[in-house]
Amino acid sequence: MGNPSIEIDNLSKTYHLGEVSVEALRDVTLSIARGEFIAVMGASGSGKSTLMNILGCLDRPTSGSYRLDGDDVGTLSRDALAGIRRKKIGFVFQGFNLLSRMTALENVELPMIYDDTPAATRLERAREALRAVGILDREHHLPSQMSGGQQQRVAIARAIVNTPSLLLADEPTGNLDSVTSIEIMKTFQGLADERGITLVLVTHEDEISRYSKRIVRFRDGKVVSDSPVVPR
Amino acid sequence: MNLYAASKVAYRSLRANKMRSILTMLGMIIGVAAVIAMVAIGAGANERISAQIASIGSNLIMILPGSTTSGGLRSGFGGAPTLTMADARAIGKELPAVGLAGPTIRNTAPVIYGNQNWSTIIQGVTPEFFQIREWMVVGGRYFTAAEVEAAAKVAVLGQTVSNSLFGEDSPVGKIIRIKRVPFTVVGVLEKKGQSPQGQDQDDIVVIPITTAQKKLVGSVHVGTVGVILAQAAGGDSVKEAEKQIVDLLRQRHRIAPGQEPDFSVRNLSEMLAVAEASTRIMSLLLGAIASVSLLVGGIGIMNIMLVSVTERTREIGIRMAVGAREKDILLQFLIEALVLAITGGSIGILLGVGGSWLISRFAGWSTLISPGAILLAFGFSAAVGVFFGFYPARKASLLDPIEALRYE
Repeated sequence: MGNPSIEIDNLSKTYHLGEVSVEALRDVTLSIARGEFIAVMGASGSGKSTLMNILGCLDRPTSGSYRLDGDDVGTLSRDALAGIRRKKIGFVFQGFNLLSRMTALENVELPMIYDDTPAATRLERAREALRAVGILDREHHLPSQMSGGQQQRVAIARAIVNTPSLLLADEPTGNLDSVTSIEIMKTFQGLADERGITLVLVTHEDEISRYSKRIVRFRDGKVVSDSPVVPR
Repeated sequence: MNLYAASKVAYRSLRANKMRSILTMLGMIIGVAAVIAMVAIGAGANERISAQIASIGSNLIMILPGSTTSGGLRSGFGGAPTLTMADARAIGKELPAVGLAGPTIRNTAPVIYGNQNWSTIIQGVTPEFFQIREWMVVGGRYFTAAEVEAAAKVAVLGQTVSNSLFGEDSPVGKIIRIKRVPFTVVGVLEKKGQSPQGQDQDDIVVIPITTAQKKLVGSVHVGTVGVILAQAAGGDSVKEAEKQIVDLLRQRHRIAPGQEPDFSVRNLSEMLAVAEASTRIMSLLLGAIASVSLLVGGIGIMNIMLVSVTERTREIGIRMAVGAREKDILLQFLIEALVLAITGGSIGILLGVGGSWLISRFAGWSTLISPGAILLAFGFSAAVGVFFGFYPARKASLLDPIEALRYE
C-alpha cells in the first residue's frame, strides 16, 4: 500500500455558536493509504461533512493533527491552504458547483488559471481531463445545456485536472438518478484504479458505498466502524 | 491569476448583467462628462480673458478726459476735451514709471474705396500707439513721426475694414476716401479680435492724429485729444505709473487738493485681472460641483459591487475550493470595479469633449479642452474605481469558503 496519504491523529473540531459549543469531531484517528478508495458514511450531523472540510483544507481542526502526504496541513495559513487545494486536492460536490456562465472547458480550466498555467497547456490538460471522464464532446456547452450526469462529469474533470493526490466527493450522486449514479461511480472507480488517486467519498447510500474498498462509519463525531468492503 | 485572466472574468460578468453595468457606469459617465465640460468652460473663459488682456496691450493705462461742470450740467468722463497733446508728451517724457504715452482721438466716419463704403471708427494717433497696443502690421508699414508732424494723409487699416473694402486684395498703396479726403493706405494691422467690452477691435482706420484733428474732427478746441494711452515701464510699476500720472495732471491742470480732477485714470489690465480671478473661482466652483457627481458615481459602483459580491457568494466559494487565494478574489472584484469606472470614465470623456464642442458651437461660449484635463479625468475615474471597489472586493476575499459554498 506504500506511504499513507492521509494521517489523522486525535483530531477534534468544535464549533462555537454563541453560547453553545458543538463538538463535530471528537478525537478521530484515521489513516488512509495512497490510492485507497474509501467511503465515509453516517447520518447527518455525524461529523462526516466536517471531516470532509478538514480533509479538503477548507477548514482547520481545533486540535489534533492532519498530515497530507506527510506534511502537517492543519496549521497552515488561508493562502497556504488555498495552494494545497489547488495542487493536491480535487472536490466533487453534490450540487456540481460549476460556474454557470462558463463552458465545460472553461470550468475545467479554472483551477489552472489560479496556477498561472500557460493558456496552451491549460487547454490541452482540460481537454485531456474531459476526455478521461468521457465528456469531451460537450466541451463548449454551458452547464445549463447539460444533464446532471454530464455536469457531474465536468466537475470530476475539473477536480482531476491538476492531478491531485486526493479526490474528495461529497454525495456526488445525491442529485442523480440511479443509472447515472452507477456511471459516475464507475468513473470514480476507474480513476482510482488507473491513476492511483486517493478517493474519499461521502455518501449515505449503501449501494453507492459498495463501489469503494473500505467503509468508515461516523456517529456523533466518532468513528464507529471501519471495515473493508466484501466483494459481492 | 494574472491581470489578463482577471480582466476577462470581469468583462464577462459585467456583460452578464448588461443593464446593471450600464446604469452603474452612467453615474461615472455623467460625473466625468460634467467635470470635463465644466473644466473646459472654465478654461475657455480664462483663455479668452487672457487673450483679451494680451490684445489690449500689457500694462495699459487709459487717461480719459474728465467731467466738467458748465452751467450746473455735469457731463460724464470724456465729455469735455480737457486733455492736450502737451499732456500726452509730458506723461511720456517726464514720468519714470511710464514707458510710453500717446494721445488718441476718435470719430466715426464712412470710408470709401471704389464703389465700396464702410462706416468705421477713425482713430488719430501717434506712432507710440502701435507700440503701446502691441499691434503689428501684417502688410505695409506704420506711419512715421515725421508723417504725424506733417499731418500726412496716410492710413493704416484694421483687418475688418481691409476685408470689407478690399476683400482678399492688399490695400497697401491704394487711395481711400474718408469724409471725401483722400488717404493713402500704407499698412494693414494684424487681427486682434474682440475687445473685453465685446467690440470688434479690427473695425478701425488709424491715421496720424494731426491729420485727424485738421480734416476730420473739426474741433473747436484745437490741440485737445481724446484718450491718452500710456504704458507702464514694467508690470510691477503700473500702480506707481497711475499715481505719477494723476499727480502730474493735477499739477498741470492746476487742480487744488480736495478738488475733483477733470480727468480719470483707468488701469484696464487690473480690471481684467479681477475678471480673470472671478472666472477662475467660477470654474473652480463648477469643477467642484461636477466632482460631487463623480463621487456619487463612485458610490454607485461600490453599491453595485457589494450586491454583486453577495449574489456571487457561491461562485466565490467554488473559486476558493479550486484553489483561489485571497488576492485572486480581491483582484477579480477590484478589476471589475475598475473596468466599470474606467469604461464609464472613457465614455464620459468622449461625452464631455462632445458636449463642450456643442456648447461652444451653439451657446457661443469658448471652451478649452486640455490633454491634462482628460488625463486627470481618466486617472480620477480609475482612482474612484479602486477606492470604491476595494471594500467590496476585500469583503469577497475574506469570505469563509465553507460558508460561501453553502450559500444559496
